Amino acid sequence: MIEIDRLTKRLGDTLIVDDVSMVVEAGTIAVVVGTSGAGKSTLLRMINRLIAPTSGRVLIDGQDTMSIPEDVLRHRLGYVIQGNGLFPHRTVAGNIATVPRLLGWDAKRIARRVDDLMTLFQLDPAEFAKKYPHELSGGQQQRVGVARALAAEPALLLMDEPFGALDPVIRNKAQEDLLSIQRRFGTTIVLVTHDMEEAFRLGDRIAVMDDARLLQYGTPAELLTRPAGEFVERLVGTTERPFRLLSLTKVKDVVEPGTSAGQPLDAATNLRDALSHLMWCGRDTLPVSDEGGALLGRITVEGILAHARQPA
Amino acid sequence: MMRWGNIAWFLALALLLAFITAPDLFTFVFAPLTEHNAPPIYNQGSLLSLTLSHLLIVFGAAFASTIIAVSLGIFVTRPSGVEFLPLSRSLVNIGQTFPPIAVLAVAVPLVGFGETPTFIALFLYGLLPIFENTLSGITQVSPLTLEAAKGMGMSPRGRLFGVELPLALPVILAGIRLSIIINLGTATIGSTVAAKGLGEVIIAGLQSNNLAFVLQGGLVVALLAILIHGVLTRIERSASARLGGRGSESL
Repeated sequence: MIEIDRLTKRLGDTLIVDDVSMVVEAGTIAVVVGTSGAGKSTLLRMINRLIAPTSGRVLIDGQDTMSIPEDVLRHRLGYVIQGNGLFPHRTVAGNIATVPRLLGWDAKRIARRVDDLMTLFQLDPAEFAKKYPHELSGGQQQRVGVARALAAEPALLLMDEPFGALDPVIRNKAQEDLLSIQRRFGTTIVLVTHDMEEAFRLGDRIAVMDDARLLQYGTPAELLTRPAGEFVERLVGTTERPFRLLSLTKVKDVVEPGTSAGQPLDAATNLRDALSHLMWCGRDTLPVSDEGGALLGRITVEGILAHARQPA
Repeated sequence: MMRWGNIAWFLALALLLAFITAPDLFTFVFAPLTEHNAPPIYNQGSLLSLTLSHLLIVFGAAFASTIIAVSLGIFVTRPSGVEFLPLSRSLVNIGQTFPPIAVLAVAVPLVGFGETPTFIALFLYGLLPIFENTLSGITQVSPLTLEAAKGMGMSPRGRLFGVELPLALPVILAGIRLSIIINLGTATIGSTVAAKGLGEVIIAGLQSNNLAFVLQGGLVVALLAILIHGVLTRIERSASARLGGRGSESL
């Protein structure tokens, strides 16, 4: 768990981050969004002390980060930046091994860890271990960047626009991979982005920053249904609202009893995709099945639309 | 291309070795250049030993320049040394603008004739390219890469030796190459203050109006420069190949 407590950064007369407090529960993803210059990167960089706060503190599992030596703290926090910042003079394996080497792991353990991570990120060790970053595609470099940040099994991962440099198709895939890895290791993640789509896709909670202040920190549904003020409302997108709301709910939560003709929908699909599918097939209703293929009931357009409505 | 380059390099090496170990074999080449039965081949000392002294003083000076210029370059790119950047730049620039012959004139009364004044002149003359290239090599390291290194908890020393210097290496090597090549030629003036070197051959030729001598001294220096340039360029290339082929520009 990470507690940000009244964190402030002042440069001269300018407030970069103004009295921000938020708590990120262990094993969840908090996404910080906002316009550029809102102070989100500064907030993130104060967590691993790349920037020293003017006042306030950060607690990681109850421990004040100021009481931990800088380098030790950073070994414990994975850090991924836009454009990945890979070391051009080190191989993929060498890059991933950076923090374990700093921690003095023995060679065997490092080799095993590097191998595991490369496999996890779908980079065949036999093919990629000895390659240099400039020989990889953007998507592969990005995966190496995340693998490197996870190498020493950090409980907390800080990501600053990690997917900003990727094209949309690869970005989608990278986000999916991140989610599945996060679920697998239960890593706590704080991610900074200016992409609302990404925020809604990844965030368990979303923090909206504007002009150095934290305007709202809540679940995606809260941001949509009870935005704290005009800026948040504008940022979540007034026309996008119903669709974003739909994308937060899974089909399995809206299943109605009954049967229907047609190809069954997977219960794990979100309502937005389900609606889009129904519209595309020109049907009002489709059966729903679980992973194993067992029929759970059916879903209707009406049932879906009920979830897109502004709460009373 | 590479292969022809290699063959040319080995041919040049063979020619140089043959000439400095057995110069008399080349009498037929230089005889037409002499008048009044003057000796066509330098006969006042061994070309081999002159070449070795020449190389020794050039590499010795380059070594000293490298140590000082690279250390200075590292120092002024640390947070604690930034304020010394303009001062070090001016000092190193003075070293370059001051003509080596003038350095010799000033140094001889202080340290006497021989190798020492020549060494001082070459050392000063060689500082600038290495210092400037060290600076540009270190400052061109991507801020993203440094940010990542810092964010992963590398110490300042770890960042310097593990990230900045390896990434700056090709550019620093280019500076060292430039300095050595310049000084291979410049070192010939050392012979005016009695330093052993290939300048002796040229000066002997000038004094006795013997074109063959002048040409021999000049040719040996030129061949040395070409050969050393070839080797150093090769080393730079292998250093920058790993970085994706970038970062080999010189001054």
